Amino acid sequence: MSILSVTGVSRAFGGVQALQACSLEVDEGSIAGLIGPNGSGKTTLFNVVTGYVRADQGAVRFRDEDITGLRPNQVFARGIGRTFQLTRIFERLSVLENMLVATQRQEGWLRGLTRSKSSAEEVATALELLDFVGIAELAELQAGALSYGQRKLLELAYVLVADPQVILLDEPAGGVNLTLINRIAEKIRALNAQGKTFLIVEHNMEFVMSLCDRVTVMHQGCNLVSGTPEEVRRDPKVLDAYLGGGEEEFEGVAGA
Amino acid sequence: MRHWSRAAWALGLAALALFPVVVTNPAYTTIGVFTLIYMACATSWNMFSGYTGYIALGSAVSYGVGAYTMALVSIHANMAPGASMFWLVPLGGLLATLVALPIGAIALRVRRHTFVVITIAIFFVFQLTAINVGFTGSTSGLILPFISWNESYYNLPFYYVGLSLVIFATILSAVVRRSRFGLQMLAIRDDEDRALGLGVRTTAVKLTGFALAQFTIGMAGALYAMFVGQIFPQFVFDPLFDVSIALMAFLGGLGTLVGPLLGALILESFQQWLTLSFSNSSLYLILFGALFLVVILFMPQGIVVFVRDRVTRRSAREKAAVAAAETTLAGSGA
Repeated sequence: MSILSVTGVSRAFGGVQALQACSLEVDEGSIAGLIGPNGSGKTTLFNVVTGYVRADQGAVRFRDEDITGLRPNQVFARGIGRTFQLTRIFERLSVLENMLVATQRQEGWLRGLTRSKSSAEEVATALELLDFVGIAELAELQAGALSYGQRKLLELAYVLVADPQVILLDEPAGGVNLTLINRIAEKIRALNAQGKTFLIVEHNMEFVMSLCDRVTVMHQGCNLVSGTPEEVRRDPKVLDAYLGGGEEEFEGVAGA
Repeated sequence: MRHWSRAAWALGLAALALFPVVVTNPAYTTIGVFTLIYMACATSWNMFSGYTGYIALGSAVSYGVGAYTMALVSIHANMAPGASMFWLVPLGGLLATLVALPIGAIALRVRRHTFVVITIAIFFVFQLTAINVGFTGSTSGLILPFISWNESYYNLPFYYVGLSLVIFATILSAVVRRSRFGLQMLAIRDDEDRALGLGVRTTAVKLTGFALAQFTIGMAGALYAMFVGQIFPQFVFDPLFDVSIALMAFLGGLGTLVGPLLGALILESFQQWLTLSFSNSSLYLILFGALFLVVILFMPQGIVVFVRDRVTRRSAREKAAVAAAETTLAGSGA
């Protein structure tokens, strides 16, 4: 059963049609991959799903609820977390404070005024998650001092704070070394085993093909092909799309 | 370090509390009252603008609303001149907060630089309205009920009410900084969209912070009106006020607790002293300009951060030196 479904979503920026009747289904408990040449609309699709960009047309459903047009904080509160392609953390806060920003509470905003920054319980959860991604020893450090790879891990960790059911990762393996890529893949598998659903945009084909249950290829703002990694790899349309887009990625698809 | 800082706060508070006891010359205690008013305003301004990074340059709207609350209510309610008028100080703060809600709802729809421009524009709408409507007394201003306290102690009640405002603003600022609400404001400063995507209700947080910051500024405006006894629209809705409190916070250290207090203490007392000594009320503008060039060039993050960095660096160096010495000792002993 699909936990997240995108139906016929279109979005234009000026004269550029970033998404053109794009549809996508993500099964509950799966790891879904989203690939395609640069500019094919992957990140825009993420932005539409998470509320950062409004769709001109089409609908986004999460379980049985229509979440089209909700604001990012509302989408997050419903259980869809995301990371960004270029990591976005709160640089002048400590690593632990970064985690606490994401803590969700069922309370009126006026109560946030009087309540302290965090309860002992929330701090314990945050430290546990930092430990899970392997940067617990950096908790007191100012986040701006983290390396790029550590920022990726922090972003993954603070998305987990709210215990989302679906996690959207925008290029989790981009710009990090092989050891860290393996560590991230291992964390994704571990979380998936706990029942979390993933949707991953990634250019690293080896990463996508080894990790994902299903892969969707996007081309010119539209979903071109969906299938198992094996099916997608053999589909001639995919080769065409990549030949038209970026050749460096073509080799990754065909050569595997 | 923590004991050290607590002692410094206590010492600072004691110095402020004892100042009018030691220095009894009314000319100097007047400087004290103005300085305290600015310390309260700069701290309150910093509680929103320093924490969120939204630099508001229209705070004189709140100051003016507070001042006119004091003037209009005391005049039209035929209040007996005297201490009972102090009750209008919190009322001025309350009205400033209420006026700030629609202003914030409009101005906070835009980000960063546009926000700055919008707050300036809204400020001028208020200033021009105040100058051009009748009930503000227009350009001839309003005269408040005359308080006939003896000159030798006239300043004292104002001084201690002013000090109370400073204490209130500082405690509020510290409590907010430690609260979840404060953390959300700091997150907005660093990356507003990311905060939104992590469930922070950014609009509500910004508007609450903005309105809350106006409370002390409105109270300060009311206290000012009562203190000087006569107000003019162009002096309570003063663009220099907008810029001054922001510059005070910048000089001391934006987003820090002690920075705005320090900045206001230095700048306002200096300005008042210049006015007193040279009876030239615009000389300070030239000196301020020069001073800010120096600050921007040599300590762009303000005095507090500059000093803190120096201290941490020195203690790190000392620690390294001690460690090196120990290694040498261990080496020579072996």
